[in-house]
Amino acid sequence: MREITYRDALKEAMAEEMERDPRVFVMGEEVGYYQGAYKVTRGLLEQFGPERVIDAPIAEAGFAGVGVGAAMTGLRPVIEFMTWNFSLVAFDQIVNNAAKMYQMSAGQFSVPIVFRGPNASARQVGSQHSHAVEPFYCNVPGLHVVYPSTPRDAKGLLKTAIRGSNPVVFLEGETLYGAKGLVPEVAEDETIPFGKARIAREGKDATVVVWGRPTPAVLEVAEKFAREGIELEVIDPRTLRPLDTDSIVASVKKTHRCVVVHEHWPFGGPGAEIVDRVQREAFDHLDAPVLRATNLDVPMPYAAGLETQVIVGADRIEAAIRKVLYLG
Amino acid sequence: MRTLPPDDPTLTLFSILREDGTADPQQDAFLPRETLLAMYAQMLRIRRIDERMLGKQRQGKVGFYGTITGQEATPVATGLSLSPEDWVFPALREAAVMLVRGFPLSTWLAQVYGNEADILKGRQMPSHQSGRAVNQVAWSSCIGPQIPQAVGAAMAAKARGDRSVSVGFMGDGATSQPDFHAAMTMAGIHRPPVVLICQNNHWSISVPTEKQTASATLAVKAHAYGLRGVRVDGNDVLAVHHVVKEAVDRARDGGGPTFIESLTYRMGPHSSSDDPTRYRSQEEVETWAKRDPIARLERYLRTAEILDDATLEGLEAGIRAELDAALAEVEELGPPARATVFEDVFAALPPHLQRQQAQFLAMPPAQLAHH
Repeated sequence: MREITYRDALKEAMAEEMERDPRVFVMGEEVGYYQGAYKVTRGLLEQFGPERVIDAPIAEAGFAGVGVGAAMTGLRPVIEFMTWNFSLVAFDQIVNNAAKMYQMSAGQFSVPIVFRGPNASARQVGSQHSHAVEPFYCNVPGLHVVYPSTPRDAKGLLKTAIRGSNPVVFLEGETLYGAKGLVPEVAEDETIPFGKARIAREGKDATVVVWGRPTPAVLEVAEKFAREGIELEVIDPRTLRPLDTDSIVASVKKTHRCVVVHEHWPFGGPGAEIVDRVQREAFDHLDAPVLRATNLDVPMPYAAGLETQVIVGADRIEAAIRKVLYLG
Repeated sequence: MRTLPPDDPTLTLFSILREDGTADPQQDAFLPRETLLAMYAQMLRIRRIDERMLGKQRQGKVGFYGTITGQEATPVATGLSLSPEDWVFPALREAAVMLVRGFPLSTWLAQVYGNEADILKGRQMPSHQSGRAVNQVAWSSCIGPQIPQAVGAAMAAKARGDRSVSVGFMGDGATSQPDFHAAMTMAGIHRPPVVLICQNNHWSISVPTEKQTASATLAVKAHAYGLRGVRVDGNDVLAVHHVVKEAVDRARDGGGPTFIESLTYRMGPHSSSDDPTRYRSQEEVETWAKRDPIARLERYLRTAEILDDATLEGLEAGIRAELDAALAEVEELGPPARATVFEDVFAALPPHLQRQQAQFLAMPPAQLAHH
């Protein structure tokens, strides 16, 4: 194991898969010469050349569509969106084409493609740069939706995404890019399967389900509760589609309480889906209503003092947990 | 600013066959008799299939049908210009390219019925057929997404170093979409082996081309993207064949992409759900009827003594027999098994769909609603 950043973990995953499989290529805005708007593709152009690290024109629908066509005919594109906000311009290619082509053609044309980039708020970039897009894409059968919170998961899950046969929406936390963590040596070639949650912290008093960017905040809150003698179990599903319901339900059956923390808006989405599954599958084990701590239900403001209020943070996370524990 | 000369191939209309059925001797390639007859036979075959199937829709036997009457020349000329390894990314009026490239008619028709012989398992509307056997992909109903996909497939071919060419089709309306702009942009930058063909049939349902664009022609747009552009008489199968074959051969030999505007006319409704008499004049339809691509080639073939009444009768009888046999094979089949709705959503059936499938199969089948 060595300590590397989330950003470099993603880069390593791409570089190793490109090394392993000549069908893999990377395309997106600024991914080549500029090494990525967030420097995730640093070094790839130098290592693999402009035929496999392709700077795309500013045409998200266009390069997403080019990727879908290339995937249908045998390549394995990794399409970077400068941020997932801009994927909305390519929504038709992702939802109507990448996600449905295999089904519409009854298995004749698979679309092994990874769409990746930073998701959710990124500090003072306003409402059009701060979408947490997981509810949009989680609603679509045919897509896998992945959102790692640690460097190790980022690398292992991206490798799995690139090797898979299905289209993958791979969400990265913009504010996690610089986070460091232990990652296995390159020689270990670790991949992490989809649909397997990670227990980020073991505990017995309440279950907190969280993925992506808010995960570090939840772990800090858990530390605080631990000092009070309350042990939270923190579960990171890692992939929202497929969703490891079994691990979540098993934890709730043990703790009898559950809070779901997410950055996406509170109406529907994977947050509400998890609550639904917990109440269906662990109803008799619950000692309190399942609660959620989420971003406020408004478009993201620019002003720092307001943005901090809108993004789900330690205060709302802690309040929800206290409520399911009946600690006032 | 550079001014285009008036004889620029994106502004003129390349044609070989005149409306009276004689050929321009400067342009006539004097194709072999078999090729000419194949062009004629395939156009006639598609027309007859469309007539029969629109009738089936009117009888309530199939849910939807889109004819390509009047536009047979472009799919036939394209189908005859391609090699088996080439890829087709169709729009609404190119499903018949599959038939020209040898896809079995009964399988193609089973897709119109969406029945148990349908290789698409009843998932796609008619006119959205696809077949891996002929490298023709599923068309997306939103207008335009297949255009960048065709460019992507061509970039993939270039990356692999194989010699396949991708053909991306669109109608005139699709040239208004961002997808068109993005695809043309990327085709210009990367110059992969792609041929983009716009069948300008003058109408996007009820909206005429002059409400889609103020551009003098659609073909002229190629210049802005650094692409080769050609405008061709889409009701002249010899001209379309010449232009498409040249573009495909050029792309295969590394000469880069071509954007082709094939000027034609949709003689029938947009689809079985449309009544064109509400928005266009009978006079206009009659003017175009005189340019019918099948009648035009027929006049040429009769003058050249390649076709006579007996040959034509033989062709008609052959088509009828093929169509009767294919329909007999598939028309009365039942729907695909209901368990199949869970298949092919993902490469493997995931656990949550296995559970849903088991619950679903434990319930009696829902009854078909009668409207």
